[in-house]
Amino acid sequence: MQKIRVIIAKPGLDGHDRGAKVIARALRDAGMEVIYTGLRQTPEQIVSAALQEDADAIGLSILSGAHMHICPRVMELLREKGLNDVLVVVGGIIPDVDIPKLNAIGIKGIFLPGTPMQEIVDFIKRNTRSRVAI
Amino acid sequence: MKTATPGRGTAKERRGGFTTISGRPINELYTPADVTALDYGRDLGDPGDFPYTRGIHASGYRGKLWTMRQFAGFGTPEETNQRYKQLLKAGGTGLSVAFDLPTLMGRDPDHELSLGEVGKCGVNVTSLADMETLFDGIDLGSITTSMTINSPASMIFAMYLVVAEKQGVAWESLSGTIQNDILKEFIAQKEYIYPPRQSMRLITDVFAFCAERVPRWNTISISGYHIREAGATASQELAFTLRDGIEYVQYGVDTGLNVDAFAPRLSFFFNSHSDFFEEIAKYRAARRIWAHVMRDQFNAKNPRSWQLRFHTQTAGVSLTAQQPYNNVVRTALQAMAAVLGGTQSLHTNSLDEALALPTEEAATLALRTQQIIAHETGVTGIVDPLGGSYFVEKLTSDLEEEALAYFDTIDRMGGMVPAIENGYPQREIAESAYKFQQAVEQRDKVIVGVNEFVAEGDEPIGILYIDETTSERQLAKLNRLRQTRDDARLHAALKALEEGARGSANTMPLLVEAVRAYATIGEMCDTLRGVWGEYEETPII
Repeated sequence: MQKIRVIIAKPGLDGHDRGAKVIARALRDAGMEVIYTGLRQTPEQIVSAALQEDADAIGLSILSGAHMHICPRVMELLREKGLNDVLVVVGGIIPDVDIPKLNAIGIKGIFLPGTPMQEIVDFIKRNTRSRVAI
Repeated sequence: MKTATPGRGTAKERRGGFTTISGRPINELYTPADVTALDYGRDLGDPGDFPYTRGIHASGYRGKLWTMRQFAGFGTPEETNQRYKQLLKAGGTGLSVAFDLPTLMGRDPDHELSLGEVGKCGVNVTSLADMETLFDGIDLGSITTSMTINSPASMIFAMYLVVAEKQGVAWESLSGTIQNDILKEFIAQKEYIYPPRQSMRLITDVFAFCAERVPRWNTISISGYHIREAGATASQELAFTLRDGIEYVQYGVDTGLNVDAFAPRLSFFFNSHSDFFEEIAKYRAARRIWAHVMRDQFNAKNPRSWQLRFHTQTAGVSLTAQQPYNNVVRTALQAMAAVLGGTQSLHTNSLDEALALPTEEAATLALRTQQIIAHETGVTGIVDPLGGSYFVEKLTSDLEEEALAYFDTIDRMGGMVPAIENGYPQREIAESAYKFQQAVEQRDKVIVGVNEFVAEGDEPIGILYIDETTSERQLAKLNRLRQTRDDARLHAALKALEEGARGSANTMPLLVEAVRAYATIGEMCDTLRGVWGEYEETPII
């Protein structure tokens, strides 16, 4: 089995990266290949990184309230690039009312404050395409 | 590695070892044997006396209570202006402006990166016109205002000065604070624009400008708050914040300023986390360290230069989305630690802040929490009530020692700017953040309602939801502004700013003139981006 490849990205203008970095490290410790994009990535940059890195999953960390602008754009770009099978998860401060809207555009995992790291690791393992070395 | 001594009692202890939230081992009991090295006159002193361990005022809160300063801002300047009037009516004694991310990053609302961010995390202020609205009906001569702004601090400060000018308030009488602390942005919060050395120039320009023109203004709020929120331990917060302070003083002195001309206007900003005694010890250690640094290292002569004054905010990171009413209790205890530690000013977080910006009701309850501490608990009648506690004095000395060890490490790197460029504090903090998260996962650290005492199906609470009309309204105002201002005056002012930045002129008067010409924050910041470039960090995980 190849390692699961995950992009962890901080879109938008916000610089609070504690959560993104802790998760990046937890996924790495769980045996995944983690690419952390750094701060202030546009949806275009994030999707382009996913394409280049042949990512199985993208984790977006958003705390600023801009998720309803950023997430639909990321999903649209993934579809345009034919990356329909890339799992997208979001972590951060997401009001309850927005959760069904994000689910509806194909974001399967939404992780709110207080979520154990293990829960996120397990979710990504369960929901990424299985990678078999050719 | 230090180890805690085992308990003296014969009963089996509940756990393998007791540690603070920072992972510091704690003994069962502290006795005179733990404080034999302390000399009262030399190391503590009465409140108001060097080294100010016990406080900077002889009379503590008997003379004057701390300023109850609630950080607030959301949506448009019109909406935030209403919130300020409500907070002042409720008995708040100072204003504290929270700006949105486009403002904090020096971007106009029509920039592509501002998409979805306008008015979300704070109030949007694009130009002088917005600043006039923000303080409409509020006399800048009779209140003090703190503004949490860093990379574009000079631009926002210039706007405040011009509003004062228009209200007929003399700059000499203005009092308040701009955060203006770029080093902790590179270290922790990451709202930087320009590279470190150019950013430091903006700050020393403010020091020099205020020493001459706005003498009662606090030119910087050297902040540990964000360092702690990013995951630092108590001693890392203490060490990195004070070492940042040393860096600012050194830069100020290096530009030729007399240390006593600007040091009395430096202020600090600390976190108040959940570990009660460790936090109190942290504030006490901070005062002692700073007094020595300023007197012995920088040879400051004015006692006001030796006195560390600080604002405190309770720990946002300790708030939980689960069982949000528990946050009221957390905040009250953290606020009590700040008061027992002798804070000059305090913000208490609202119970709903792990979910959204606070509602008016939640913000009022947070203010009431401070008023209850101030007026009902009796703790304000005595100065430094924990002074002399074997435990608190030992913790104070230990924290001081650990901070000084960090100073040595950073000095060996050539100072804080090179240390930041090497990613040193960033790495230390990321390491602590990860360790803490692991401790939580292993339930070594309990968070009520999150990893223990979990309840199914929290009753949802009403939260503040910022809709998209904020962005539309700010964009419409910006378009109108661009059509009505005097373009010739604007371009001349921006040109002068650009030339000043290329040379060595003080940038403050140039920014004041650009503000008078209604230059937007994006235009002013872009002018300097054109000269100085932008900083990009190498991410460390």
